[in-house]
Amino acid sequence: MLKESTIVSKSGAIAIKGRYSTQILHKYGLILILLLTVLILSFISETFLTWTNLMNVLRQVSINGILAVGMTLVILTAGIDLSIGSLMAVSGVIAASMVQGDSGFGLILLAVLAGMAAGGALSGISGTMSAKLNVAPFIATLAMMTVARGLALIYTNGRPMVVESKTFLALGQGYIGPIPTPVVIFAVVCVVIGVLLNMTKFGRYIYAIGGNESAAKASGVNVNRVKIGVYLINGLLAGLAGVLLASRISSGQPNSGMGYELDAIAAVVIGGTSLFGGVGTITGTIVGVLIIGVINNGLNLLDVSSYYQQIIKGLIIAIAVILDQRSKR
Amino acid sequence: MTDFILEMKDISKSYHGVKALDRVTLQVRKGEVHALMGENGAGKSTLMKVLTGLVKPDEGEIRFCGFPVRIDTPQAALQLGIAMIHQELNPVPEMTVAGNIFLGREPTYRITGFVNTKLMNLQAEELLQQYKLNVHPNTKVSRLSLAQKQMLELIKAASYQAKLLIMDEPTSALSAEEVGTLFETIERLRNDGIPIIYISHRLEEIFKMADRVTILRDGRYIDSLPIKDLNKDTLITKMVGRPLTAIFPKEEAVIGPPVLEVKNLTRHGFFEGIDFLVRRGEILGISGLMGAGRTEVMRAIFGLDGFDSGEILLDGKPIRIRNPSDAIRSGITMVTEDRKELGLILCRPIRENMTLPSMDLVGKGLFVRRGSESRLCEAMTSQIVIKMSDFQQPVQSLSGGNQQKVVLAKWLIRKPKVLILDEPTRGIDVGAKAEIYRLISSLAKEGMAIIMVSSELPEIIGMSDRILVMGDGKIKGEFTGSEATQEDILACAIGGAGVA
Repeated sequence: MLKESTIVSKSGAIAIKGRYSTQILHKYGLILILLLTVLILSFISETFLTWTNLMNVLRQVSINGILAVGMTLVILTAGIDLSIGSLMAVSGVIAASMVQGDSGFGLILLAVLAGMAAGGALSGISGTMSAKLNVAPFIATLAMMTVARGLALIYTNGRPMVVESKTFLALGQGYIGPIPTPVVIFAVVCVVIGVLLNMTKFGRYIYAIGGNESAAKASGVNVNRVKIGVYLINGLLAGLAGVLLASRISSGQPNSGMGYELDAIAAVVIGGTSLFGGVGTITGTIVGVLIIGVINNGLNLLDVSSYYQQIIKGLIIAIAVILDQRSKR
Repeated sequence: MTDFILEMKDISKSYHGVKALDRVTLQVRKGEVHALMGENGAGKSTLMKVLTGLVKPDEGEIRFCGFPVRIDTPQAALQLGIAMIHQELNPVPEMTVAGNIFLGREPTYRITGFVNTKLMNLQAEELLQQYKLNVHPNTKVSRLSLAQKQMLELIKAASYQAKLLIMDEPTSALSAEEVGTLFETIERLRNDGIPIIYISHRLEEIFKMADRVTILRDGRYIDSLPIKDLNKDTLITKMVGRPLTAIFPKEEAVIGPPVLEVKNLTRHGFFEGIDFLVRRGEILGISGLMGAGRTEVMRAIFGLDGFDSGEILLDGKPIRIRNPSDAIRSGITMVTEDRKELGLILCRPIRENMTLPSMDLVGKGLFVRRGSESRLCEAMTSQIVIKMSDFQQPVQSLSGGNQQKVVLAKWLIRKPKVLILDEPTRGIDVGAKAEIYRLISSLAKEGMAIIMVSSELPEIIGMSDRILVMGDGKIKGEFTGSEATQEDILACAIGGAGVA
C-alpha cells in the first residue's frame, strides 16, 4: 500500500500551504494589478483618490458588475450569453412604461420585478433551447439578442420612454447612506450569487457541468435543469441591470444596453474564469469588473480621448488573459 | 564510448511540495525495447513528460545521442526525434489516414502551395505497406479501429524519422489479436534500429517484448537490468518493494437472494435478449471480446443509454431507469470504462468529485454542509487509500490509479446495492490492482452485488463467483468462477458454444 506517502489533512479544512502558492499568486496577481493601477492613478491624478470619485467609479461599474456576475455562472457551465444587452433594453422599457408619472413605492417594486421577470423569461427560453434542443449557447443567445431587441423596439415603437418618478430614478441615481444605491444592489448580488456558487448544491452542479458535462450527467446531475436555471438567473440579473440603467438615464430606451454583453464577458475573462467552463470565481469577476472600471475612470480623468480608450481597454483585456494563461502553466 | 542513445540523469520534479521524481536515471540503448515499470504514481508518466518537453524538471540532465540537450517544448522533443504514442490517442478523426500522417507537413504543389493530395496518398500508401497496416490512405480515421489508430500513430512517428519512440500503455484497449499485430509492428521498428520506451502494466507483454527494464518506485530509481535476469515475482517485488503473494484476494462471501435481475433486455443493433441476475454478496464477471456488447448492456442498466424492450428488477420489483439519476437513486452505480470521459470532473477537486452524486447526503435543502461532506470523504479515504496532498487537490493532478480510486470512492459513499465495474483496473499497475481487488472482495463480503466487466481473463477468473460470456450482443455461456479456465472462456467467446 501507499500508506507512507498518503497525506490526508485531518481536519479536511482547506489548508493554505505552499502548494497553493501559485494559485494564491494567481488570485492575488489580479488584485495586485488592480492595486497597482489604483496606486499609479492616485499619483498622476489628484481627483482619483477622493471619496466622490471612488464612489463614482463604483457606481459606474455596478451595472456591468451585475451583468458580469450573472455571466460568470453561464461561462462556468461552458456557455455564453450574448443576449443580455438586449434583455436590458426589454426590461428597461417595460419597467419605464410601468412608472409613468409619480408612482408610489409599491408600483416601482412591481416595475423592477416585471423587468427582471422579462429578462429571466427570455433568457430561460435561450437556456431551454441550448439545454434541451442542443443549440450551441452562442447561437441560441445570438438569436435571442436580435429577437429581444426587436421586442423592445416594438414595445416602444422605437421611441424612448421618459421616466419622471423620483423614487424610480433614485434606484440608479440615489444613495443609501453614503453609498450609491446601485453599488449596494451590486454588493447584494455578489453576496447572493457568491453564496449560491460556493455553498449550495446548485453551485457544485454548475462547476461540475462546466468541467465535464457527460460525467456530471453520469453522476446523476440533472444537467438540463441546472443549465436552464443558470440562464434564468443570468436573465433575471440582466433584467435588474436593465432597470438600473433605465433609472440612471431617466428613460427606458429600446436601443440601450448595446455591447454591454461584451464588457461583461471581458470582466469575467479578466477575472480568471475559463471560457471552457468549470474554473472561476465570483471574487475573480469582481476584481475583473473593478480593473475595467478603474482604468476607464482613470483614462477619463486623464482626458484620454475615447478613441484611444477603446484601444487601451482592448490591450488590457489581451494582456490580462495572456498573464493568466502564463501563470497557469 | 557509450552506446546509450538516451541518458536521463538525476531528474527531479516536485508538484505541490510532493516529490514526483527524485534523482531518477534512465538509460536507453540503441535498438532496444526498454520497459519502464512501476506502480501508479511511481513517476513513469512524469519522467516521460520531462522527456517530451511537457514538464520542466527541477534539476537533472538529459543527453541524447551523446549530446546534452534541453527539451523545453514538445516541438523540441519532436525535432530531436523523440515521439510519444499516447495512452489517449489523438489523431484528427475527420481527416484521412494520409492527412493524419502528414499533418502539418503535407506535400504541396510548388507554385500554388495547395496540398498535393495525390503525392501525399502515394507516400502514405508506401508507409502503410511497409508497416503492414491494411487500410486505404483515403479512409477517414474515425472509421479505423482503436488498434489501427494506434498503428497509424506508430507509423506517423516512424515517418518523422523518430530516433526514439515512447509508448504508454499501447495495448490497454486492444483485443488479443490486435495486440499481436501491434507487436509485429514494434518488432519491425526494433529491427529498423529504433529504440522504444515501453510502458505497460501487463507483465506478460514486458517479458515478451522488452530487452531491458528500468524500475521506478515512489518517484525513485530502483534498478535497471536485462529482462532475462528477472522473472515475474522478482519484477513485482522490485516494483512494489515487497513480494506480492495473492493478487486475487477473493474471500468467500455469503451469497444471498437476487438483487438485480435483467430480463430479456434488448437494444436493437447492440444486444438482444439479455437475461441474468446477480445476488447479494456475489461477484458476477462478464467476459467477452471487444464489441461483444458488454459495456452497452451495462450502460443501459445504468441509464446512460436507453433500451428497446426488456425489464430490470431490483429486489424483485421492476424499476424504471430513464437516466443515471434514476439508477443512482435506486442503488445502482457504475464505474465506467472511461474515467476521463464519464467518471471524473478533472479540473475540480477530489472532494467535489467524491460527493457529486451524493448531494442528498451532505445536507438537506439547498446547502452543502462542509462538515458532513468532509466526514464522508474521510470515511472513504480510510477505506481506500488515495495518494494526494488533500481533498482540495484537482483530480487531474492524480495518477491514473488514484483517479480510479476517486471514482470508486465516489460511488461507495452511496453504499450502493449494485456496483457495476466496467474494466475497473484498465491501465492500472499491479499494486493498485491488488488494492482494488481487495476492496471489491470486501464489498462483496459486506453484501454488495457486484458486476465486473473485464477483458482480462485472469482477473475475471480470479475474482468472479460466476462468469457470463458475451458475444455478438448475446450471452453465449455461463461458468462457475472456480471451474472456468481461460481456454474455456475464450473458446466460448470466440466460438459461441456455451458450456453452460
